[in-house]
Amino acid sequence: MTVFFIIPVLSFLYFILPKKVLAWYNLILTVLLVGISSVFSVPVILDNEIFTGNSFFTLWDSPISMSIDLLSAFFIMVINITVFTGAWFAIEYMRLYQQYSKINFSLHFFFFFWLFYSMLMVCMFPNIIAFLVAWEIMSVSSFILVIFEHKKKEVLKAGINYLVQMHIGALLLMVAFILIYNNTGNYTWNGLSAYFSQHENIPVFLLFFIGFGIKAGFVPFHTWLPHAHPAAPTHISGIMSGVMIKMGIYGILRVLFHIQSNFLEIGIIILIISAISGIAGVGTAIIQHDLKKLLAYHSIENIGIIGIGIGVGMIGIASGNNLITMLGFGGGILHVLNHSLFKSLLFYTTGSVYMNTHTRTIDHLGGLIKKMPHTAVLFLVASIAICGLPPLNGFVSEFLIYSSFAESMISLSIGLKILMMFAMLSLAVIGGLAIFCFTKAFGITFLGTARKINLETVHEVKWFTLIPQYFILVLIFAIGLFPQFWVNLFFELSRLFVHHSFVVPNRTISTISSISLYSFLFIGITIFIYVLRSISNRNKPIETTSTWGCAYNGKIDKLQYTASSYAENYAHDMDKLLNQKIHYKKINDEDIFPQERTYETHSESIIEEKLYIRISNRLQRILNRFAFFQTGKTQHYIMYMFVLLIVLIILTIFNVI
Amino acid sequence: MKGLGFIIIFLSSFFFLGIITRVKSISSGRKGPGIFQPMLDIFRLLKKGTIYSSTTSFIFKIAPVIYFATILSASFLLPFHNEPGLLSFQGDFIAFSYMLALGKFFMIIAALDTGSAFQGMGASREALYSLLVEPAFFILFASFAMFTGYTSFYEIYNSIYFASYIAIFAGVLAAYNLFQIIMVENSRVPYDDPKTHLELTMIHEVMVLDNSGFDLALIQFASSLKFIIFGTLISNFFFTPDLSVYMGILIFIVIQSLFAVIVGIAESFRARHKLRNNNKAIVILTPISILIFLSMLMLITNQI
Repeated sequence: MTVFFIIPVLSFLYFILPKKVLAWYNLILTVLLVGISSVFSVPVILDNEIFTGNSFFTLWDSPISMSIDLLSAFFIMVINITVFTGAWFAIEYMRLYQQYSKINFSLHFFFFFWLFYSMLMVCMFPNIIAFLVAWEIMSVSSFILVIFEHKKKEVLKAGINYLVQMHIGALLLMVAFILIYNNTGNYTWNGLSAYFSQHENIPVFLLFFIGFGIKAGFVPFHTWLPHAHPAAPTHISGIMSGVMIKMGIYGILRVLFHIQSNFLEIGIIILIISAISGIAGVGTAIIQHDLKKLLAYHSIENIGIIGIGIGVGMIGIASGNNLITMLGFGGGILHVLNHSLFKSLLFYTTGSVYMNTHTRTIDHLGGLIKKMPHTAVLFLVASIAICGLPPLNGFVSEFLIYSSFAESMISLSIGLKILMMFAMLSLAVIGGLAIFCFTKAFGITFLGTARKINLETVHEVKWFTLIPQYFILVLIFAIGLFPQFWVNLFFELSRLFVHHSFVVPNRTISTISSISLYSFLFIGITIFIYVLRSISNRNKPIETTSTWGCAYNGKIDKLQYTASSYAENYAHDMDKLLNQKIHYKKINDEDIFPQERTYETHSESIIEEKLYIRISNRLQRILNRFAFFQTGKTQHYIMYMFVLLIVLIILTIFNVI
Repeated sequence: MKGLGFIIIFLSSFFFLGIITRVKSISSGRKGPGIFQPMLDIFRLLKKGTIYSSTTSFIFKIAPVIYFATILSASFLLPFHNEPGLLSFQGDFIAFSYMLALGKFFMIIAALDTGSAFQGMGASREALYSLLVEPAFFILFASFAMFTGYTSFYEIYNSIYFASYIAIFAGVLAAYNLFQIIMVENSRVPYDDPKTHLELTMIHEVMVLDNSGFDLALIQFASSLKFIIFGTLISNFFFTPDLSVYMGILIFIVIQSLFAVIVGIAESFRARHKLRNNNKAIVILTPISILIFLSMLMLITNQI
């Protein structure tokens, strides 16, 4: 245990070591920390016993205890996997930024370490004050990581936007924790139980939900996400999207664990917000031109799917149906792991594309599969997984959530049946939209011919960088093909919310092994038909010509469908909701010799525009009136201090303070 | 006999499309080809060589194989004559739908692989239509699941019955909706026309413009199978528990042929939708499914 608290000392070496070895040193330190945290957490997962220990720090003369239960251990596992692959991927990716100075690199890796370390601490501390400190370190270190390319104006803007929103979230959390501490005098998570058993559950829950929801990226608290993810270097986007936003989910689950009443209302609130998040996230993702922004919106979608599972689980608790609870929570929590896998893989492959082409605009890319076959396959597999298609891992978690709907429709009351029908509707819509989005993202980026990039300079990333990506690929297949070995863990996790005597029915377990069998059957058939095809094609003439285009044989690069045209039929119908802005000057009749002009579309988040920008503009207008204080003259500032001192003296004389 | 259904489904795909073509020919005053002609075309294609576009990658080569495999796998889940399919589990209708979606996913990216503007157009439309029709299918089967209290195809079909007036109303709506879903899923009139000759208005057919030889045969065979699979979703409603196997097969073939005739007649006398209106027409299927759901909800609450 002490080793865990000594390790941070090593992080200061980042400022001493030469620039070239920093990324390597970072990987070594990450592996070290992964190893140490696994020593505590893996036994917890295997034996399902709570690990407790005392940390180095003390608070009010009592040592801060640490406890790792199954939920913490699971999140630690998720963090470890993603940060490990991220640190590995960073080694090649950071070469992209050779022009940045050493101190930039040192700071970057220093805070990389601290992001990792603080996320682990968030999961380990049952003490609320320690938790908040860790939470704060996490927000600040990720802020520094986001603004790595600080010379770009939009990066800095996105970073500050992120920092401000994180602190609004932290403020809400603090208010909630202070409320609880004042009422119970207990500053551990257990204080929540005491508080919730005596007071209204919903108001404080909402404080927590918004506080953690800003981190997780539930709509309408998501507006930092589509700006921060594209701004950060790719491995950071992968880690932030893969695990850091899940810390919000961790917090929500922790709070739900202590909720004492109003399960139904809370479940419905979570379910509705999540369904909206899911649809809004993927619906906006489709029309994005920037590959990383597209992925960022998909994070919102997947947080929505996780939330849907949790919401259904809560409704299951409310109605006393343990099976629904298990399926809902199991599916939701499994999706946390699944999303961290395929989303980080998608970000890494996008990073590989960016390293070679220096663009993330989908409309400029194309034909990369011929130069980067490995990256293309990795992106393809991750796309299929994120769409929730069999035989990969996304399907397993979505299937569990669907099963919880089906179960609810059969056994709950009429009102809830209708609610579940709409929940199922939203999940089906999300699934369809995701397929639309990822056929676009994969098809336009990797297939066809290059649209605006030069394929000559593109080459596959080093095999060394492919290793962590294939590692994720193996995990994706492992969960998809052998769900029966994994779902037990998730049923154990959801057992936190279910009475211990509940036994998972046999039919549920046999269903899960049937899915595995079905996946293998499908793969078997595919291989069989492929072999048949190869045998049949062996003695036949195989020719290669150009693509058939109604007898047009010229170059097709510019005739191809682009991402914008692919999404046009969808965007046309959804115009009002997507808030698409078109920048184009129409040609008037008087324009006899029209100038050259451009046509550009982009979508602005309707929530951000109507809710956030409006409020912040108004605030700015009010606060501008106080701008006269800021004169820029040192004498004035000294005078302010002087005035303050005098006021304080007067107040003490009259015994006010 | 668990595999019997699969074999029957497989064999019926040999003449199903032929019946539709024949009906269409007769109603337009032509004699038309024999009902096995589509299958003979597929055999002819199987023997031919292949031409690939230099733009395409391995995605284009594996996509038809995966498409065919998904449809074959989907057919495993279907029950036949009071027997479960080769594989039957809780919530298999979800797996069924997602399996078909996987096939579509690959066909769409294969179309984008050619770099042709026509195929991109088809791919975009196919993706949009399949996303619009998916909720309707889910809600339809979710309402059956809620109505019967079971979540697998086999149990749903085994325990569904339409006795009262509302049930008949719901049944008729369900049949209508299922029929429309089948038309969308299989790219038939009024949503798409497989016989159109203008690339700009094609949807599914335009996606396979570049395929040839064995690959094209696989795709056409898969399309035929897919039609039968969806037909089976309908014909399964007609099996009563006390039927003998032979009667079951007979009923199956009669229903499938009848279904093909209806499709043929509908296609002969119906104009296809304007392309822009297709979206609206498909979106409407979801509210109809919700209506079915609500009427079935009324039914079960009256009973309990």
